[in-house]
Amino acid sequence: MIQMKNVYKKYPNGIVALNGLNVEIDQGEFVYIVGPSGAGKSTFIKMMYREERPSSGQMLVDGKDIAKLKNRKVPFLRRDIGVVFQDFKLLPRLTVYENVAFALEVIEEKPQIIKDRVMEVLDMVGLKHKAKMFPRELSGGEQQRVSIARSIVNTPKIMIADEPTGNLDPETSWDIMNLFEQINATGTTIIMATHNREIVNKLRHRVIAIEGGLIVRDAAGGDYGYED
Amino acid sequence: MCATQLEVITAMKIRTFGRHIKESLKSLGRNGWMTFASVSAVTVTLLLVGVFVMIMMNLNKVADDLENDVEIKVFVSLDAEEEEVGELEEEISGLSGVESAVYSTKEEELTDLVLDFGEELSLFEQSNPLFDVFYVKATEPQQTEAVAKEIAALEYIEDVEYGEGKIEKLFDFLNAGRNVGLVLILALLFTAMFLISNTIRITIVARRTEIEIMKLVGATNWFVRVPFILEGMWLGILGSIIPIGLVVLLYQKITEFAQPRLSGELFQLLEFSPFIYQVSALILAMGVFIGIWGSFMSIRKFLRV
Repeated sequence: MIQMKNVYKKYPNGIVALNGLNVEIDQGEFVYIVGPSGAGKSTFIKMMYREERPSSGQMLVDGKDIAKLKNRKVPFLRRDIGVVFQDFKLLPRLTVYENVAFALEVIEEKPQIIKDRVMEVLDMVGLKHKAKMFPRELSGGEQQRVSIARSIVNTPKIMIADEPTGNLDPETSWDIMNLFEQINATGTTIIMATHNREIVNKLRHRVIAIEGGLIVRDAAGGDYGYED
Repeated sequence: MCATQLEVITAMKIRTFGRHIKESLKSLGRNGWMTFASVSAVTVTLLLVGVFVMIMMNLNKVADDLENDVEIKVFVSLDAEEEEVGELEEEISGLSGVESAVYSTKEEELTDLVLDFGEELSLFEQSNPLFDVFYVKATEPQQTEAVAKEIAALEYIEDVEYGEGKIEKLFDFLNAGRNVGLVLILALLFTAMFLISNTIRITIVARRTEIEIMKLVGATNWFVRVPFILEGMWLGILGSIIPIGLVVLLYQKITEFAQPRLSGELFQLLEFSPFIYQVSALILAMGVFIGIWGSFMSIRKFLRV
């Protein structure tokens, strides 16, 4: 599903974020990406949806070579990848329903299918009754659930989450993790960068630790391993 | 197979375009005061441009009228016989730069004078002191002087009159006026575009994160761009309503006031129709153009996500 070979990333300001990284992630896996801030986690995550491009090395996502992907092809890559962020990234002027529907409008889906599918995923994340509300009227946990609904609405093969529980209280975080578990159970690959030790240690999955732009640890069912 | 595929794609495009139109209209409403601010900026600038264009076009019309009124009066010398007068007419008409040459005998001249200044002058009918004349118009009013000099050089010409000195000054003045007006209109247009595109830019900058999010979800550049461009177009249309209304109303009042007072004068204002409809169309077109252009330019740099 995702293959990285000697991926190297140097930013224009001279900082080397990834220093020859090798990794392989299979379809259906649930992977935590851990590591100190500034270790290259964000760059690693951003490369998956081609926000950043490798300076050298090979990187395949769902069979597409990210390094060689043309700019105008990027939207089509992103339609196969769901993204969830710490700050939710919802469109503030659109309602809950419209935010989720947007991902389907982008692929020019038929209105009737959009309607059915959006209500289906809103039901799944438990926000069907808040479909007409605006993001600012929702709690953080609810907003994150909307963004999850949006990321899975067109059934992507891969879901990428960058600190999805970073802004949420522990209880809400567990609700969100339950959703991720459900989504993973349907066969979706989940790659999640996190600083949440409790979650990583309780919900055991593969853990990849990145430090200094390199993978320093890669263990199936591993623990968080840091003291923050 | 191929045809049906094409149909499906076309249906998709039409559906998506419908979605963009709906989205752009919705966005106008949800953007509230941002919409209001942009529309106000468009309104003020278009009003300025509209009134100014109205004034400039009329000044130009007055200038044209005055210019076209300039003619050369050619006095035929008394020793010219009928035959020579006929030759003279051909010669004058044949000169390059002459649009028309109308002959008027001294009897006709006197009749005109009597009409203008009263019966007392009819005393002169006994011994008419006037000359036979040609009224000559130059194709290009500004060429009047040159044409007059050519005619003066012909045989059997007693004298030519064309308001020497005065018309040169008039032409200089009118030319200067036209140039100043053109520069002012261009400057005003430029300011208007700058002002409006700036306002639109502010509203789009405020929505920069929205654009980023749309692109993260897999929207193509055109999918992001089109609703913004349509929104710009609506802003332009909304912003041109008041200027068009005011310009039409204002010009109606002006023509109502000026038309009877100017009748029979050397110059006239432009007729209400079609002039005011042309100005209205111009204002609308400018609003639409500026709105679309402003959106397009402002959104360009945010699309590189």
